[in-house]
Amino acid sequence: MARILVAMSGGVDSSVVAGLLAEQGHEVIGATLQLYDHGAAIQKKGACCAGQDIHDARSVADRLGIPHYVLDREQVFRREVIGDFADTYARGETPVPCIRCNQTVKFRDLVALARDLGCEALATGHYARRLEGPDGPELHRAADPARDQSYFLAATTREQLAFARFPLGGMPDKAAVRAEAARLGLPVAAKADSQDICFVPEGRYDGLVARLRPDAAAPGEVVHQDGRVLGGHAGIVRYTVGQGRGLGAASWDGGRKLYVAAVEPGTRRVVVAPREALATREAEAGEVNWLIAPPTAPLRCTVKLRAREAPRAARIAWDAGAGLLRISLEEPGIVAPGQACVMYDGDRVLGGGFLRARGSVDRGRAAA
Amino acid sequence: MNTPLDLDANATEPLRPEARAAAIAALDLPGNPSSVHGGGRAARRLLEDSRARLAARFGARPQDVVFTAGGTEANALAVRGLAPGRRVLAGATEHPAVLRAAPDAVLLPVLADGRLDLAALDAALAAAGPALVCLMAANNETGVLHPIAEAAGICRRHGALLHVDAVQAAGRVEAAWNLADSLALSGHKMGGPKGAGALLLRPGLDVPALVAGGGQERGRRGGTEPLPAIAGLAAAAEAATPDAALRLAPLRDAIEAAIAAIAPEARFPGRGAPRLPNTTSILLPGVPAETQVIALDLAGVRVSAGAACSSGKVGPSHVLAAMGLGADAACAIRVSLPWNAAEDAAERFVAAWAAMRARLVRVAA
Repeated sequence: MARILVAMSGGVDSSVVAGLLAEQGHEVIGATLQLYDHGAAIQKKGACCAGQDIHDARSVADRLGIPHYVLDREQVFRREVIGDFADTYARGETPVPCIRCNQTVKFRDLVALARDLGCEALATGHYARRLEGPDGPELHRAADPARDQSYFLAATTREQLAFARFPLGGMPDKAAVRAEAARLGLPVAAKADSQDICFVPEGRYDGLVARLRPDAAAPGEVVHQDGRVLGGHAGIVRYTVGQGRGLGAASWDGGRKLYVAAVEPGTRRVVVAPREALATREAEAGEVNWLIAPPTAPLRCTVKLRAREAPRAARIAWDAGAGLLRISLEEPGIVAPGQACVMYDGDRVLGGGFLRARGSVDRGRAAA
Repeated sequence: MNTPLDLDANATEPLRPEARAAAIAALDLPGNPSSVHGGGRAARRLLEDSRARLAARFGARPQDVVFTAGGTEANALAVRGLAPGRRVLAGATEHPAVLRAAPDAVLLPVLADGRLDLAALDAALAAAGPALVCLMAANNETGVLHPIAEAAGICRRHGALLHVDAVQAAGRVEAAWNLADSLALSGHKMGGPKGAGALLLRPGLDVPALVAGGGQERGRRGGTEPLPAIAGLAAAAEAATPDAALRLAPLRDAIEAAIAAIAPEARFPGRGAPRLPNTTSILLPGVPAETQVIALDLAGVRVSAGAACSSGKVGPSHVLAAMGLGADAACAIRVSLPWNAAEDAAERFVAAWAAMRARLVRVAA
């Protein structure tokens, strides 16, 4: 029996985590993060209004008979997640806000709070497995590949991982989790999954980014990689490397479909090219978090360069001095700067970093 | 597990036995005070008796008492009713019940000890034209008492109306309540049931109803009066005497003295000003109030911090920010002793607070 802080979002997953731990006899404390002003966000079917989520979390905690607290994290979330989201687009990159959120308000801050409250662990509803290895806790993919969230946890530090618990990592599928919710009598057993980016109602984020970083929403040119100006665009915030939509007249060059090959924040130019010109074998990542001892020699592993793709074979080399990960893909792939590169050995997460535009090591200057 | 130690009286006072008895008796009275028959007359008798007792307690005329659902409504009824044609000036540390009823109000600064800056009030009124000044008699977070008599004199000199939010002060300290043009009261903050409050008006002053309904309360508040809560309010107002509340001051002082001895870094915003006898604000630099409130709750000690909104989140304190505390404004908890606080309440609280601080300081080290 231990005192455990459970991050409760109000959804099925974290509700089941709280229920299972309470059933096992632990002293469970529920905490729900208030991350943004729900009144300002528009309610929408499918992606639930988070204001309702707080009420749901509270009613689950009440049902379980555990104490529950709502934590005001609006300021830190605005600064470190929403601010980073807009800044990343303004750099011509594509952010992964769920990783930033896990990295800051979830694991950094909740682990600290859990320690302050005398807890032995922080449990969340993430689908990933934390396994004890010979050199300490390891992060592994969830048993259910369709639900695996290990990609989004790759920035969790080894110290945070040691304190974290993911009780749903071994669940065979979501139906099993819903069945547990029903068995425990939780009022959220049939609640829809949340979707999209939680702080962007209607899935339209360009307005939000435009308010915070008008430079990312200023018009510019769409240019072929050979230098021809093919058209205009209404802001680099709308473009991600590899994207084929939203290019208007610049979508086609004669009979050839064109895709975004690069986004240049300084000139606000979107560079397009035929698909085969986008693929590359070489990529670089910074801000690397290692969940193994940082490798001193090149290493063969698999990598995921975006959340929804199968791991691909690669060779990685860690330049500790430059803080730079060099990735050589076995088969060419499309690299979108700003997305995370997460490294795996089978199911085990070795670490992760954020992809950079090749050659643009000085990101500060590009952002200025 | 020990019985919980409830030190959150400024959120709500425990029900007083006199108020409980009055409310229960009223529950068995079947009539509607607006009915013309005998049952209605019996209900009206209780209503008017409660009104007369409450009026007498605070130096008002019975016909100038408007029963409401609570302090928030009483404040809103006064501010919205008196604001048209007047500039609204409100203290920077007022409760949201006032600030949100007057979103365009000019905020009057407070001194570092939390008391209203009277010179700023004077200057603001000189520039304002017709004005309504809104001031709380006692602050809900620090217990600091505004200089209401002096402020009333300044308002009178400038021809301004003065609305006083007496929700926290009523029953705990005595004041010249009749200096105010309008006075807001809350039943449960005096130990009555939740669900009734009152607005007391100066003779000759009137406010239009926020909810017109059937014209109850002389057309100033529609809806059938909640007799059990009103009877409880009147009984609580008589039972809540400032003399009895003075018993709490030594307990409050003992808490502050013990904490100052344990933690030299701790501070007590508003300690230098005249205060309610039951309230202290305890600031532990560098430790978020949220963490302190949760840690104490898990130890069975119930206190609060900042402004609790309906989501339950602990927001930063606009009161302490207005007192110039900067980032430390997020690091203070409010301890408010209930009217029936046990003699060992201070001792128990200090033990829990010391244990909390020991762990948080060790964790931080």
